[in-house]
Amino acid sequence: MSIILGVLQESFIYAILALGVYITYSILDFPDLSVDSTFPLGAVVTASLILAGVPALFTLPLSFLAGGIAGTVTGLIHVKLKVRDLLSGIIVMTGLYSINLAIAGDKSNLPIFGQNTIFDNPLLAKFQGSKSADVMIVMITFVIVMIVKFLLDGYLKTRSGYLLRAVGDNEVVVIALAKDKGMVKIIGLALANGLVALAGSVYCQKQGFFELSIGTGSIVIGLASVIIGTKVLKRFRRIKATTAVIVGTFFYKACVSIAIAFGMKSSYLRLITAILFLVILILGSGREKKRAIGA
Amino acid sequence: MLRLKDIHKYYNKGTVNEMCLFHNFNLEIADQEFVSVVGSNGSGKTSMLNIICGSIPIDSGTIMVNEKDITRMPEYKRQRVIGRVYQNPAFGTCPNMTILENMSLADNKGKPFHLQLGTKKHRMDYYRESLKTLGLGLEDKMDVKVGVLSGGQRQAMALLMSTMTPIDFLILDEHTAALDPKTAEIIMELTHKIVKEKQITTIMVTHNLRYAVEYGNRLCMMHQGKVILDKKQEEKKKVKIDDILTKFNEISIEYGN
Repeated sequence: MSIILGVLQESFIYAILALGVYITYSILDFPDLSVDSTFPLGAVVTASLILAGVPALFTLPLSFLAGGIAGTVTGLIHVKLKVRDLLSGIIVMTGLYSINLAIAGDKSNLPIFGQNTIFDNPLLAKFQGSKSADVMIVMITFVIVMIVKFLLDGYLKTRSGYLLRAVGDNEVVVIALAKDKGMVKIIGLALANGLVALAGSVYCQKQGFFELSIGTGSIVIGLASVIIGTKVLKRFRRIKATTAVIVGTFFYKACVSIAIAFGMKSSYLRLITAILFLVILILGSGREKKRAIGA
Repeated sequence: MLRLKDIHKYYNKGTVNEMCLFHNFNLEIADQEFVSVVGSNGSGKTSMLNIICGSIPIDSGTIMVNEKDITRMPEYKRQRVIGRVYQNPAFGTCPNMTILENMSLADNKGKPFHLQLGTKKHRMDYYRESLKTLGLGLEDKMDVKVGVLSGGQRQAMALLMSTMTPIDFLILDEHTAALDPKTAEIIMELTHKIVKEKQITTIMVTHNLRYAVEYGNRLCMMHQGKVILDKKQEEKKKVKIDDILTKFNEISIEYGN
């Protein structure tokens, strides 16, 4: 039971990150590696704010803002300085590592045990009743991911959202609309990294500490979740892509948990992740090929 | 009114492959002119369109639109008054967005793109009516993604979208070249109808000499970065396909092709 709750908690938190990756990877067609550092950025901003006595709820929008700024920097490097997309992300990812460390006061971890968080505060205790802390965390993370999902769905239906989808789909159309495609990309990257940092904030509050290395590999988790979700649920036309991404994150996290439950050493986790990722990519493209021949 | 003045354009400037395309190129296009531009490959037709739209920079010269200098205006800003249809039908639409979403995008050109709803319900009837004029049955497929449409259907949509909001210039870059003869005919008729209805100044590059002769009220032939034939109004009406072919042959012999 506790394993299932653990998987749900992790998948809801990482689903927020995956929704961010969905914006860059699927909508903008921009492989953004800054994610690996904006996730811990959200965490370190949250930990420092909480230690400074800022109410836990405020850390969420502030982390989003911090991630948004980082994403804007990636965008500016790519658009204004004309650095290739992959490299712009790597530059921000590398530079942000030191900034994260500096925000933490040159410490590689910041514990916030015993502090008020969104999962542990006097107000919440009144509603908790007989429910266990784990159940509460599942519920709260679920609410957050749903809010993010509906806001994102709503945004993608606005004119600005249309433009974001258009720029990843066919830049020529955006130019034809007399819009600056660079600006649209920057907005997309800011939004995406804002969501990733938000995920980092929630993660940090759940774990009770910030740790510098939590970001390593988060882009792969995000990508795997997006690809599993959108490929597996592709045949169900009525399911929105954002829902598919959340379900994809759950599949991914469940697979990893099962592997560990069956006695896999956690040091092999990265290798398993890489192999799983490869298998998904191959299966996904294989199916497309068959369909193309059939049609 | 569009005026290209003393345009100089070199490709690969400063290298051994330096090639001068335009040397003191001048062209004036009056309002409501429909110019058909013909010429062999490499004569500078598409480069001229790219220069007008700002897709490629020029080395010197000025580009004036309605007496306003737009030489240094970035490409995307110029599109405010320009509509452009490309040879490749895939360029004019977003394949992963639905017909309705594509129409809404085009409809909002010139307006701010903030957090307003992308598709306004009360505009749907207008979109349906405009799609109906194409006669391709697209009005019943508003929720279909444009990527599954045929090249001709996409090109028809591209044409409709680029002329949906008021524009000063319509740029047609061999827009029927990738279509089968019958579809090309439909698209060309549609072009004629839209241009006439909205009285848009139009520049059409084409390799189809019959279209060049039949449509429009001005015909230009380009060769090696120069306009070598320019017939307007009454004069243009007298031009026959054979005349242009003869001219083509002349330059071919002259330059030993």
